[in-house]
Amino acid sequence: MSGDCCKHTELADDPRLKLVERAMKRLQYQPDALIEVLHTAQEAFGYLSRELLGHVAAQLKLPESQVFGVATFYHFFTLRPKGEHSCIVCTGTACYVKGAGEILGRLEQAAGIKAGQTTADGKLSLGTARCLGNCSLAPMLTVDDVVYGPETPDSAVEKLHGLLEVPHEQG
Amino acid sequence: MNRGELAELAEATLQKQQACRLRLLVCCGTPCVAAGAEAVVAALREQLTRLGNPADLELVSTGCQGPCSRGPLLTVLQPDQPEQVWEKVTPELACTILSTALQQQQLPEQNLLPKDWPFFSRQIRLVLANSGRIDPESLEQYIARGGYESLAQALHEMSPDDVCDGVVQSGLRGRGGGGYSTGLKWQLVRKSSGGRKFVVANGDEGDPGAYMDRSLMESDPHRILEGMAIAGYAIGADQGYVYVRGEYPVAAQRLHKAIKDAERAGLLGSRVLDSSFSFRIDIRIGAGAFVCGEETALLASIMGRRGQSRIRPPYPAEAGLWGCPTLINNVETFGNIPSIFNIGPQAFNAIGNGKSRGTKVFALCGEVVNNGLIEVPMGISLREVVFEIGGGLTNGMNFKAAQTGGPSGGCIPAEKLDTPVDYENLQALGSIMGSGGLIVMGEKSCMVDVARFFMEFCLDESCGKCVPCRTGTVEIYRLLSRICNGSASQRDLQTLEQLCQMVKDTSLCGLGAAAPNPVLSTLRWFRQEYEAHINDRRCPAGVCTMNELPLHLLGEQLLQRISALRCDGEEY
Repeated sequence: MSGDCCKHTELADDPRLKLVERAMKRLQYQPDALIEVLHTAQEAFGYLSRELLGHVAAQLKLPESQVFGVATFYHFFTLRPKGEHSCIVCTGTACYVKGAGEILGRLEQAAGIKAGQTTADGKLSLGTARCLGNCSLAPMLTVDDVVYGPETPDSAVEKLHGLLEVPHEQG
Repeated sequence: MNRGELAELAEATLQKQQACRLRLLVCCGTPCVAAGAEAVVAALREQLTRLGNPADLELVSTGCQGPCSRGPLLTVLQPDQPEQVWEKVTPELACTILSTALQQQQLPEQNLLPKDWPFFSRQIRLVLANSGRIDPESLEQYIARGGYESLAQALHEMSPDDVCDGVVQSGLRGRGGGGYSTGLKWQLVRKSSGGRKFVVANGDEGDPGAYMDRSLMESDPHRILEGMAIAGYAIGADQGYVYVRGEYPVAAQRLHKAIKDAERAGLLGSRVLDSSFSFRIDIRIGAGAFVCGEETALLASIMGRRGQSRIRPPYPAEAGLWGCPTLINNVETFGNIPSIFNIGPQAFNAIGNGKSRGTKVFALCGEVVNNGLIEVPMGISLREVVFEIGGGLTNGMNFKAAQTGGPSGGCIPAEKLDTPVDYENLQALGSIMGSGGLIVMGEKSCMVDVARFFMEFCLDESCGKCVPCRTGTVEIYRLLSRICNGSASQRDLQTLEQLCQMVKDTSLCGLGAAAPNPVLSTLRWFRQEYEAHINDRRCPAGVCTMNELPLHLLGEQLLQRISALRCDGEEY
């Protein structure tokens, strides 16, 4: 382990890496700033690849195991690429009481994937959240970070169809 | 800025507001935005532009005004007239209200909320005093409502010990759920010896079904900063951190702007309000881990590590961030601090019940007519909250239970509706005050299924460090699943109770210790539902599908099947 991750030329040439570098510089390469750096890295790349984690570890002078440990501990970080669009169904208590389970089931059926997966064409990731803090809109969901609610299984599926169809029409 | 300039700015902004013949406050909290508040603001803005943007008409995009299920909300303020609030406002209705108000005619009554609506009239708003009244991104508007005056008072008129004493006198207790005396905690950290001290605001609101902290951070960010600065002065800290849940990007962004504005105005940073006190605040964004609401896990997360809790003592008051004495309070607790010094500790202490003083913010949701954010005096009965403020249950459903405290709390049955809501009484019922989620459930909710829902949450969120929580929650979940699918026996119920007690007694931190609460409280108040699932293989609420058989019935059924077969394996 030389720690010199920039020998991975692909990553070193990636312009998005600059954003991560800038964040690390701003945070003075402090090991304590690991979570901040990972947030920036995920925002820039969409997910955290092993290469990227190795690079961050080397720059912050942390063992790779620790960086990997932190990245896998928190739900927010993902080590796999996400779909072009994302749909997140809230499964917090209020949403659950008002039927979020049924909505999720219908969406899984409509998209042909389970929660936490991405469609084969890479267009849609379906996920759940523990609570998005919009309990008065229960049951609610977000599509590409736009909040919708209260939803019914039918209205939710409709939103998903619209989402999957738009790229088709353009292409 | 010094204290005189602060007062001048407050006075000037206030005069400007009072000179307005019309002030339109549009709620731009997330639920109202989802319901179309932005279109309302755009329509009003356009009409004002057409009128040439007169100085005596003001349009404000505010934070949460409260009754979230009725958005978009529009509050109209006119001099010498009571304020009026409209619900479900469309751009057309908003424009009609504006034009009729300008012509000084009778305002439209369509969608106008009644003046004495209990949702508003039964509340006492201290922490939420500015929520829905000011533009959260405007420092001036916060100052106009007495903002940073408490900090100025503390810095210029009081010693740090006086400040701690004031908080003790107010009787304020931690609003994050623990209920430990805030003043005593401050005194403890103040007395701790250590080179540097830190203040941490816990905004990692992980309880599903609770959004008080999000709303407060988004609607009135300066209030939290002011509370933290007063705490910093009282305990002798020069650095604070706000830990914001990763799912709340708007809250983080508003706090970020608030910090920048306050620093620029000399209300944070070095030499605050021309005193010798310096205080910086930084934001730390969480990354989606419920356990980080626990104080030692939260500290680990701020230091960039896995959010795993550790054995206490030493408590963070002695050894917290980087081994230094650290004060951790919930953001709502900090939100109370400016109010305490505004109205005086005695006046604050006069509100409340028993050992619980002041008010509590609740996120009232579930099967209740008026969903939303409310602030009520401690000691109010659950019945008043659910049936007067909440307006009863939706679709005429019967009340079954109120869930407080999220996955660490419990369910309160209908026969206990008249219990005063405070720390001690809720604990006596097997629930907790928690951070303030209050979910109303009707007869269509199955209590065993609810318990299973929370246990699934806890097993997923367990950090995995201690065995009782890591494996205990999984086993409890399995037992609950068996009860729900009809394959449990009476013995499983005994095992469940023993296991819950064991996990409660032996877990390392609050997450594990409180994880069995939803099971224990539903067992206590709704045991007949568990019995019905096991003995009659029937879900009284009609939620669970009983598609499995318990082992002893499986044997019987097999025997029946076998005895029904001929010796050659064919059926008779």
